[in-house]
Amino acid sequence: MGIEINKPGSMELLMGNEAIARGALEAGVGVATAYPGTPSSEIITNLGKVAKKMGLYVEWSINEKVAVEVAAAAALSGVRSISAMKQNGLNVALDFLANLVLSGINKGMVLMVGDDPGAQSSSNEQDSRDLAKAIDIPILEPATFQECKDMTKWAFELSEVISNVVMLRSVTRVSHARGNVILGELPAEKNRAHFDTSKKYRGIGGVAAGLHQAVHEKSKKVAEIFESSPFNFYSGPEKPGLLIFTCGSGWLYTMEAIRTLGIEGSVGVAKLGTTWPLPHKFIKTNLARSERVLVIEEVDSFLETNLKEFVVDHMPGYHKFYGKTSGHTRPYGELNVDMVMGAIASLLSMEYVALSPEYEKKSREVAAAWVPPRTSQLCPGCPHRATYWAMKDALKKDGRDGVVAGDIGCYAMGVFPTGFSQINTIHAMGSGMGVASGLGKLDIFGFKQPVLAMTGDSTFFHAVVPPLLNAIHSEADVVLVVMDNSGTAMTGFQPHPGTDKGASGEARPKVSVEKLCESLGVPVTKVDPYDMAATKKAFYDVLQDKGKTRVIISRRECALIRANMQLGPIAKMHIESEKCFGDDCGCNRYCTRVFKCPGLMWDKEAHKARIDEAVCTGCGVCVGVCPQSAIVAEAIK
Amino acid sequence: MNLDKEPINLIITGVGGQGNILISKLLGQAFMEEGYTITIGETYGATQRGGSVASHVRISKEKVPYSPVTPKGRADIILGLEPSETMRMVTSFGYEGTMVVTNTRPIHPLEVAIGEVEYPSQERIEACMKELVDRAWYVNASDIALGLGNALLTNIVMTGALMGTSLLPLGREKIERQLKLTFKGGKQAVNLEAFELGYTAVT
Repeated sequence: MGIEINKPGSMELLMGNEAIARGALEAGVGVATAYPGTPSSEIITNLGKVAKKMGLYVEWSINEKVAVEVAAAAALSGVRSISAMKQNGLNVALDFLANLVLSGINKGMVLMVGDDPGAQSSSNEQDSRDLAKAIDIPILEPATFQECKDMTKWAFELSEVISNVVMLRSVTRVSHARGNVILGELPAEKNRAHFDTSKKYRGIGGVAAGLHQAVHEKSKKVAEIFESSPFNFYSGPEKPGLLIFTCGSGWLYTMEAIRTLGIEGSVGVAKLGTTWPLPHKFIKTNLARSERVLVIEEVDSFLETNLKEFVVDHMPGYHKFYGKTSGHTRPYGELNVDMVMGAIASLLSMEYVALSPEYEKKSREVAAAWVPPRTSQLCPGCPHRATYWAMKDALKKDGRDGVVAGDIGCYAMGVFPTGFSQINTIHAMGSGMGVASGLGKLDIFGFKQPVLAMTGDSTFFHAVVPPLLNAIHSEADVVLVVMDNSGTAMTGFQPHPGTDKGASGEARPKVSVEKLCESLGVPVTKVDPYDMAATKKAFYDVLQDKGKTRVIISRRECALIRANMQLGPIAKMHIESEKCFGDDCGCNRYCTRVFKCPGLMWDKEAHKARIDEAVCTGCGVCVGVCPQSAIVAEAIK
Repeated sequence: MNLDKEPINLIITGVGGQGNILISKLLGQAFMEEGYTITIGETYGATQRGGSVASHVRISKEKVPYSPVTPKGRADIILGLEPSETMRMVTSFGYEGTMVVTNTRPIHPLEVAIGEVEYPSQERIEACMKELVDRAWYVNASDIALGLGNALLTNIVMTGALMGTSLLPLGREKIERQLKLTFKGGKQAVNLEAFELGYTAVT
């Protein structure tokens, strides 16, 4: 049973992203595309699963710009489409989208962006709404799981009314939470694709300014439509002492805060599902209820700023706004009910204490001090640990203080101790190679350090090929390290051009990383990071081969892929306890303290190292780590 | 003992890969079928793999759903698949009335495995619980699961234990029904057995 269940009116427990996927199905979506990124990935994963049955085309595109281009092709040709991404992905796609809004489309297209307040699994916590507003894309923000579904369906309809793309903005706590959803009808009709060649979709040259004006005009029309949106409503007393304006995830926090504080009778809530452009009448009617307005939203002060601007133009000299700029909520990080209760309580001069100070003190004293931390780490058997270990060794031997430009993926852990703190820079997808390409040209300023750029296989296809071409053509002195673990491991193993499957599990041709690189005329060295001696040597040799761009492909499947395929351990590892001198050895617990594989543990009683057999994958990489050669790998027959 | 409040806040906590989300889905589905409004929020620690994972299950009779994260000091039940994670949740979300059902088998964090940090003893954990919560039940669910031939059954043993405490206003047969819908063939029998062993471990 999945999101394609044909039982209108039945209630299901759906994840926000599943509800969005269901909403797209109910809208008769034909094409769905994405590049994976938490918290947006499950939309395309779920649509991919039902693609065959429902007659959809679903793909994991190589990056967000291409994903939006592929989806737009459908929307230009009469087929409804959705493209999903995380906030960082919108930056990649923005270049195309800023032009698409000028040309318009002819069938519904929804741009789903999952923001990550608190950056729980992101390198930033950008608020995507500012970018959508900057290029005149209407914004819808679902607050509940039911709204995730209903709003997605409505977004397609709106998109067709205005012949333009519509953004559905969700956040981690909505996309990744689960709740009750009542299903609607699934359409029986199939899309037909035809591109009307008599039409030109373009925003080039002199027409762009005119089109830009037309898009602004369209925004006014959207604001009119938003006046009657069922996703905007008010609850509370007619003339509340405090009015809360809220949207998306903020609404759930606000409603719970009001219930918990028991102030339903004195606080009013204007909930906005359509946050840009603002529906003037709705805003005006509700702002007239109270002069004191608290705005609750995640992440930036988007709604707050827009409301203030509205007031200056339409209702001057009356309101006092509270929210992020007044310091009542934070302009960064996640919201929660406690924070909203704190903001409301301070504005109503109420006493609210989340937890009794005595309990908090007691809990700190008797328990908190005893809870061990769990920090970020590479998994046991992770081939990246081996690659970083070999690289660290080679850089040390090389002795020229090499610089490592990192990138986005599991291997970003290379910035932390379990990746031996090897990474010096991390920014956006593909930026490792771009930065490295620049570093590799600094020789005229006396730069003498070797430069390495790290990438995974999925990131390689996403955004590393253009900066690699840049480096080759500019003759940058750079080593590109492709850590190919055969999947987009960070987000759940979505396929990419280097794998042999598509989004629905269908067979797809593999693009070879090495053939692509070789065809560009760069020397390519291939290693298996589990073969530690050979990998160390390869890294050292490639580092010495100065003056040009070269590539190392360090290839070994992710340990989780092995686990999922139930391939079992590669070798049986054990410690020869008579060889391990433990605390008496001069190594200062080198294996556990420095190598930091979770499969190796310090046995407190024996004062020696031990293999944790429940965790160890038998990769054998740690064999060379022990100065006494006490770690032994026995081949499994 | 049967919680009768609005909403009921249950936090299921453990380490990535222990199957904590499956429990929240089983319980959430069963409560939804009984007419409740459910919100399940998942929180991840900074770690991608093997890090702290918690599911917040909020069970309500009201129409407007509760938010995906329990406010501080409001967890009515903490179901712990890993003892130190149970402690972590008690210190962030517990109050004097919290009920705790926890597995006793640790999964050592890296800092403990490499000998930099000490893991709290079972005595220490029990002493903390006596001070901080209303009542705690201890189940060696991992050993029970291993006895059935698969450590992955730990989560189902713990689900059985939770139902065995009768804290939730839901009959055990409702969860067994969900188990039968979720698991087919040979897997069904062993999951039902794991549930039964967990149930009887606390009754």
